[in-house]
Amino acid sequence: MAVLNEWAFIGVFFAVAWVFPFAPIFLARLVAPRKPNPIKQSTYECGVETVGDTWVQFKVQYYIYGLIFLVFDVEMIFLFPWAVAYRELDFFAFAAGFLFIFLLADALIYAWRKDALEWV
Amino acid sequence: MSVDIEVYIALSAILFILGAMGVLVRRNAILVFMSVELMLNAANLALVAFSRLWGGAEGHLFVFFVMTVAAAEVAVGLALIVAIFRSKQSIDIDELHQMEG
Amino acid sequence: MFQVPTIADLNLGLTLPALSLALGACVLLLLDLFVPRERKEITAWLAMAGIAVSFVLNLAGFNESGTAFLGTFAADQFTGFLNIVILITAFLGVLLSLDYLKRAKIERGEYYVLLLLSAAGMMFMSSANDLIVVFIALELLSIPLYIMATFRAPDLKSEESGMKYFILGAFAGAFFVYGAALVYGATGTTNLPEIFAAVNGIIAAGGSQMFLLLMGTGLILVGLGFKVAVVPFHMWTPDVYEGAPTPVTAFMSVGAKAGGFAGLLRIMVVALPVFVLKDGQTAAAWQQTFWLVAAATLILGNIVAIAQTNVKRMLAYSSIAHAGYIMMAVAAAGTAGVANEATRAALLYLMAYMFTNLGAFGIALAIEKDDGSDTGVDNFIGLAKSKPALAAMMTVFMLSLTGIPLTGGFVGKWFVFKSALDAGLVPLAIIGVLTSVISAFYYVRIIVNMYLKDGEGDPAAGATRYVNWAIYVAFAGTLLMGIFPWIATNLSDTVVLAVEMFVR
Repeated sequence: MAVLNEWAFIGVFFAVAWVFPFAPIFLARLVAPRKPNPIKQSTYECGVETVGDTWVQFKVQYYIYGLIFLVFDVEMIFLFPWAVAYRELDFFAFAAGFLFIFLLADALIYAWRKDALEWV
Repeated sequence: MSVDIEVYIALSAILFILGAMGVLVRRNAILVFMSVELMLNAANLALVAFSRLWGGAEGHLFVFFVMTVAAAEVAVGLALIVAIFRSKQSIDIDELHQMEG
Repeated sequence: MFQVPTIADLNLGLTLPALSLALGACVLLLLDLFVPRERKEITAWLAMAGIAVSFVLNLAGFNESGTAFLGTFAADQFTGFLNIVILITAFLGVLLSLDYLKRAKIERGEYYVLLLLSAAGMMFMSSANDLIVVFIALELLSIPLYIMATFRAPDLKSEESGMKYFILGAFAGAFFVYGAALVYGATGTTNLPEIFAAVNGIIAAGGSQMFLLLMGTGLILVGLGFKVAVVPFHMWTPDVYEGAPTPVTAFMSVGAKAGGFAGLLRIMVVALPVFVLKDGQTAAAWQQTFWLVAAATLILGNIVAIAQTNVKRMLAYSSIAHAGYIMMAVAAAGTAGVANEATRAALLYLMAYMFTNLGAFGIALAIEKDDGSDTGVDNFIGLAKSKPALAAMMTVFMLSLTGIPLTGGFVGKWFVFKSALDAGLVPLAIIGVLTSVISAFYYVRIIVNMYLKDGEGDPAAGATRYVNWAIYVAFAGTLLMGIFPWIATNLSDTVVLAVEMFVR
């Protein structure tokens, strides 16, 4: 198909992606019968109504966990180039990568021993 | 089709200035941090664009380090915010005025 | 295209002093887990042992020079001299902290680990030969300091101090990165000697590259100016210095300055000494700006210090003023031919300032109460009666900060003023001398309070054994540098940072 180049395919996908979920919703509106009553209209048809204000502060019990994840997650960026170039590396560069992992492990052991990985 | 280097640098300069203004204008500590992040990422954009211009790897390398250091900085900053919120019940940086003079 | 470095390319031997301290901090983090809570002084002694090892390695390799880590790390006499300053600062910082942390009930092993990491960052800064390394070293020295400043939490002052330092430090870091990005954009390299090589071509070509380089240099000055607290980037200093625990203030007032000025000197003298706006000028383009910054810093720091009633705040403004004197030397380094002399002057000034300032903060720490109060200038009243030895040493420290002969401060000022005159910055040198006279006003006020005012002498409960040791070392250093200045000058004589023959 000479008319459709590779970019047009993405355009078609994009259109289909919108049509596919919306079509059933629209069809259901057209076809489905409507018989509303108060129980059906309630917020939780099966469940309990909330008591009091829902906008209350609750304790974040894992924020230290979150902070540790934040740091370790980003440190992984240094391991990606190391892993990609893995085959060309000689033993020393391979060891240097491991030194980095050991430093991360050092911090992890510290966090672990300080009970920072527990749900407090 | 390629975009001229000037466009990238102009965008990064705009982002950087927006971030700097955010730091100076915003009073909520978390928004101030987000503004600092915006400044750092503006620098990252400039670094990547220049790296592409010169065809070297130093710019990309610098971006890696900026990203990780920014994460470490944010971790420390959020811990500080939590500590301050516990004792003051507020993270408005205008309310930090124990010392004046 | 892609070359894998081997271990021989890295030249690890030259990096041993800084590397051993950084690895020592990582090991200490683990060892500290096995030190029982009530015996944290063991961690402190281990930290001091680590500093001592690094110090010995530094002295052993003092006369070696070369680059390591593929040219990103330079080891030379500049590094060696600054490492001595940084390691003594760290050592005295640990000594001052030992009893203070116990008194304030904030004793934790992590404190010493953070101190070692920060010192390692300063050492990397002193040997950074690449903008990326300058950035990493800058953050490595700053981030632990943010935490240390907040170490007295939940004390509100300490938390506020840490928060302000953090926000402005991160802000300054962003400025530095953007400046480094623009310099990279102009020159196509982040390596300082390669930037030096590229600058001539940029001046010849002019145009947008010139603009990028100028903007980049300015932003780098802003970023590092925040770190060393020069006007107009000094606003955070008094609040941070007052709120942080006193040993932390002592450590960061010297260490962060040593690190910041190391970075500034490296970038300006190694990479950008020949950066001029028009062909044929003898002074670098940044000299004028540095001149103005130094003058403003000297005037504002010294005059506002007069109004202070808290000794920690007073020493904060005094530290701003001293940053101005060092800035004077950096400005002088912008003149071709004076660069190395001015670099030496800045180093000597830093060393004199290190001993004197640590001693002064040590005595402020000694009269401080357990809850961190009573650090007013008035608390020095009658100290000569209750603790004559402390009062005598405080007198020497104050005289040295003023720059009276036979003290280290005089030697530092002498070399700085001389380099400013040699560089032709006569008005700046005059401002320096005049502001030194003004500074006598607030330094002498403390001496007057100690000797001439009647009142109950402060018992100086904080003058415990280790604090006294630290004060003795600082005192000995201040006098030694004042009476036998050649010990320090001989060490710095071999410092050569700039290529002597500038090609313009």
